Amino acid sequence: MKVNYDNGLNLKATELRLGLPGSDEPEKQTTPRPNKRTISEISSSDVTDDGNDDHQDSAPPAKEQVVGWPPIRSYRKNCVQDTGGYVKVSVDGAAYLRKIDLKIYRNYPQLLEALENMFKLTIGAYTEREGYNGSEYAPTYEDKDGDWMLVGDVPWEMFISSCMRLRIMKGSEARGLGCV
Amino acid sequence: MSEDDDRQQSPPSDLEFVSNKARNCNATGSGSGNPEFQSAYPDQVLENVLHFLTSKRDRNAVSLVCKSWYRVEALTRSELFIGNCYAVSPARATARFARVRALHLKGKPRFADFNMMPSDWGAHFNPWALAMAKAYPWLEKVHLKRMSVTDDDLATLAELFLGFKELVLVCCDGFGTSGLAIFVNKCRQLKVLDLIESESSDDEADWISCFPEGESHLESLIFDCVECHINFEALERLVARSPSLKKLRLNRYVSIGQLYRLMVRAPQLTHLGTGSFSSSEIAGQGDQEPDYVNAFAACKTLVCLSGFREIILDYLPAIYPVCANLTSLNFSYANITAEQLKPIISKCHKLQVFWVLDSICDEGLQAVAATCKELRELRVFPVDAREDSDGPVSEVGLQAISEGCRKLQSILYFCQQMTNAAVITMSKNCPDLVVFRLCIMGRHRADHVTGEPMDDGFGAIVMNCKKLTRLAVSGLLTDKVFDYIGRHGKLVRTLSVAFAGDSDMGLKYVLEGCPQLQKFEIRDSPFGDAALRSGLHHYYNMRFLWMSSCRLTRRGCQEIARAMPRLVVEVIRSADEEEVDDAVEILYMYRSLEGPRTDAPKFVTIS
Repeated sequence: MKVNYDNGLNLKATELRLGLPGSDEPEKQTTPRPNKRTISEISSSDVTDDGNDDHQDSAPPAKEQVVGWPPIRSYRKNCVQDTGGYVKVSVDGAAYLRKIDLKIYRNYPQLLEALENMFKLTIGAYTEREGYNGSEYAPTYEDKDGDWMLVGDVPWEMFISSCMRLRIMKGSEARGLGCV
Repeated sequence: MSEDDDRQQSPPSDLEFVSNKARNCNATGSGSGNPEFQSAYPDQVLENVLHFLTSKRDRNAVSLVCKSWYRVEALTRSELFIGNCYAVSPARATARFARVRALHLKGKPRFADFNMMPSDWGAHFNPWALAMAKAYPWLEKVHLKRMSVTDDDLATLAELFLGFKELVLVCCDGFGTSGLAIFVNKCRQLKVLDLIESESSDDEADWISCFPEGESHLESLIFDCVECHINFEALERLVARSPSLKKLRLNRYVSIGQLYRLMVRAPQLTHLGTGSFSSSEIAGQGDQEPDYVNAFAACKTLVCLSGFREIILDYLPAIYPVCANLTSLNFSYANITAEQLKPIISKCHKLQVFWVLDSICDEGLQAVAATCKELRELRVFPVDAREDSDGPVSEVGLQAISEGCRKLQSILYFCQQMTNAAVITMSKNCPDLVVFRLCIMGRHRADHVTGEPMDDGFGAIVMNCKKLTRLAVSGLLTDKVFDYIGRHGKLVRTLSVAFAGDSDMGLKYVLEGCPQLQKFEIRDSPFGDAALRSGLHHYYNMRFLWMSSCRLTRRGCQEIARAMPRLVVEVIRSADEEEVDDAVEILYMYRSLEGPRTDAPKFVTIS
């Protein structure tokens, strides 16, 4: 399934959900929030377009994260672990997401090997300098602050306590991440 | 809308606009300067009488009676409360009040807690510390909220105030463990050191070891927010030589084994924060685990329990012996289920304050409702603080609480979905509500059963809860909810609005209808300059107005600033953004006797 990245993340369109049909909350925008107040989930087009709205028309992006909402202090957000180890894993181009239990792995190589087996792809070696350069895929994760980070930078313990979900990026976005 | 622990229920009195006559009063001798009006009672008598007045509201009223009462009140006020550190300067405060022993100071607006304000905005304690050092060398107590406090400031407090006894920092930042080390070392009379939800940097200073040797006067030591390892042996020795210690709240680096050792030395505790409530190693079969149950049983006066930062559930039954006496229980860092909660909560008949995570689900809340008939305050925090996450608590839990806990006065409830019916039921079952804060985390989310906006639910709250002073609204809301608030929310002092309303009328209803409104924070709502103008008659009576991501323009804000010279109108933009157009990202305005502050950073423009 070819996914078009010019229009931002396509996770919403490919995500397998258990909700009843029509249980999506309405995309009601009664306030013309200036776009610069929101922090969109990262995709290459967002990064270069300065947050313009015109890429919203095809596949709706995953829900934008908004600064300061819900109103919970970050200290509290960081203290409370919620997933019980299981996190969702999405791979660019895959039809549906998977879930893995981070608690069963002891280190990064074990995790990456498991991901490579699960999705039949090659992620390659991590270096601090280059990230996963040279590989077609780069593993990223969303942390408790809602930021998308490269897997491998922080100590393993810190990673598993802050990882909320995983996304394995592909193609041109993956290359060059290490050089940011 | 958040976990702001604002216990100040008395009305704000941070600023009085004293008439020029009173300010120019002559301070020589007794009686007034006017020979025709000779007071029957010399100042000395008045002083003796006024010493009994502690309420700041009463004192403010007294100070407006006449010149001599103003003067004597100023001499006898020992506790100074300033709700906005920029409303009055340290110089002005110290010039008026001569004999202050306790200072309460508040700085940043609440939305700063949620990263909505760039850092380095201000609220520095430093100028106050220096002014106090000159004017009040006998100062004993300082309570700060949302202020920036540096290590140097802590050193100042310890070194320049010989009788300093009590420091309480709530939601503060800017200091580190080095500052704490100097502070605790030099403060020989210290009774209270409470660090609450404050951010401190870990300079790896062993501050616990820096308390002076010999018997300590410590009555309260709260450091559960301090994110660094501590020297446990030093802490144990400190607790052992603090016979007056009543409140101890440990950080998550203290294990349950260490907790045991402390509890055994301090069975007189009334308030305990347990730290991690876990151990780094799992005890083997043959290992001798300390008798935790006994340690808790020995604490006959324990009424307030918190902590449980990394709870290991096996240890939870240890707290059974104290449950029956508890008036306050904070489980808001413990990810436990309804089944795990039930054996605890079923014993907590006297509980008045309960903070918890939504991991207990509606079922857990039903268990709370079944037992905690004395409940006054409930806070339910989300385990997963995102908009599209699963919602373990809903209108079912809210309804259950309203039916079981009729004496409820304060509620903070995070959820993903809600119905008007449940909120209306609560408004009828809990008429004593003073604080109602409902956060439906999905923005613009309607009543999930009827599809209607949530206007009627909040409307019922302002109509039926006649004592309501604080309200936070959420979900899909039209201008109608503000009409309700304006008509019925006559006692509302603090109002928090997010992603609500249709037009300027919404803001107008509130500004024209709510005479007691003091603190008003609004984000992402379609209110513009015309709406802002409708509050001109009221802004001098307010502590502050915050509006972010609304429809304000610079011109509109400047108009307000021109019309109201005693208002400081700050337009704040995100630090990294350049000034692009007339649209205002953040408006923060407040009354002040001082005019524009001189410490404003570049991203703040004062009209």
